[in-house]
This record gives sequence, C-alpha cells and structure tokens, in this order.
Amino acid sequence: MSLRSPLGRVLGLGTAKDGTSHWWGQRLSGIGLLILGLWFVVSIATLPGFSHNEAVAFISKPFHAVLLMLLSVTMAYHSWLGVQVVIEDYVHSHGLRIASLILSRFAHIFFAAVALFAILKLGIGA
Amino acid sequence: MDPNDRPLSPHLSIYRWPITMVSSILHRATGVAMSVGFVLFVIWLADTASGPDAYAALADAMGSLLGKILLVGWSWAFFYHLSNGIRHLVWDAGYGFEKEQANASAWLVIAAAVVLTVVFWVVVT
Repeated sequence: MSLRSPLGRVLGLGTAKDGTSHWWGQRLSGIGLLILGLWFVVSIATLPGFSHNEAVAFISKPFHAVLLMLLSVTMAYHSWLGVQVVIEDYVHSHGLRIASLILSRFAHIFFAAVALFAILKLGIGA
Repeated sequence: MDPNDRPLSPHLSIYRWPITMVSSILHRATGVAMSVGFVLFVIWLADTASGPDAYAALADAMGSLLGKILLVGWSWAFFYHLSNGIRHLVWDAGYGFEKEQANASAWLVIAAAVVLTVVFWVVVT
C-alpha cells in the first residue's frame, strides 16, 4: 500500500532518486584533489625556479601534463559543486539565483577548457 | 513585540563563537577563495602557454606585495581546506562527533594549516 496522496502521484512529486549524487560527487572529487592537490603543491615547492622556461619544462612533461589535466577538471568540478551550494544558500531572489547558477557553471566549464588547451599546447609542443 | 522583529536563530552576533562554528565557516570561505584561486591557476597555465611576455606580466603582478599576500593567503586556504576536508571525511566515516573530539579536531586543523603553510613557504624560498 502506498502512503502517497493521489494528487502527489498525478503531479509526479516525490524523490528525484539522485539525492546523494551531489554529496557523493563532492566527496569523490575531494579525495581526488587530496592526491592531485598535494602532488601539485609539493611539485611547486620543489620547483628549481619560477622562470618561464622552468614553468614550460614542468608542465610539458607528459606525466605532469596528464596530472595537471586531471587536477584542472577535478578542481573545476569540485569548485562548481561548492559554489553552487553557496549560491543556493545566499542568493534568495529566484531570478538572480538561477542566473548565478548558470553563470557559475558556464564559467567553470570555460576555465577548465582554457586549462586543458594550455596544458595540451605545452605538452604536445604546438 | 512585532513578530517580524523577533530574533532569529542562530544569533550570530550574540553568542561567543564556538571553535567548531569558526572552523565550519572557514571551510566555506577558503573554498570560495580557492574558486577564485582556480582562475589564477588557469591564467598561470594560459600565460605559460602564451609565451615569455605574458608570463613575465603575471610574474610581475604576483611578485608585488599584493601578489605575495594573495599567494600566501591562497596557500593557507589550500592547506586549511585540505586539512578540514580530511576532518569532514572522517565525520563521513562516522567518527569524531563527540563535542570534545570536534573541538579538538577543529584546533588541530587550524594549527595544521598554519604549520603546513609555513613549511610550504620555507621549502619554496
């Protein structure tokens, strides 16, 4: 026997079946960033110097390029999820909230695309 | 009393902040700060790919006093968010919810972030 009201059934109300996906995505990307982020700060700290040549040499190593691409995408995803919650918490006007959510999502995807292009350009040596 | 003027929970301006409250809002604040830092990270990649001139402009900007303050701030934000993120994962696994444990882990995270930031900059310079 269902306890759902007939009206609720007709309107299709109820769980969207993905209640934990946002939470889980935040945790998984967080664990990924724990590894990738630590690798990145240790690499930066132990870089011989911060000239243009040294930056190019670091980024263009194949293994570094792959890890940097993973870092960029994971960071964009984790940041997108986090900023989404902040907007939902603090932006109360409906229209402004939707607009900020869309803008944030587009911006995160844009910056991830720029990062991937820059890394590939250096890694492939175009 | 007008119902609209009634004080609302959680009385942010009245209570003395427990350390767990500070550690919670710092997690969010450092997260937002690093979302901005992510843009700088991308600019660093893009300027490196563009060539020495673009890279030099960025290096000059980050070498200024304001640039250095921002870099130190971002590194602290990174280590705080990382340490407190581990604290959240431990909570997710079901441990550390007692009041004394949560207070102790909040102080531990705050101390770890400062120590890691100092170690990072000592190794860098």
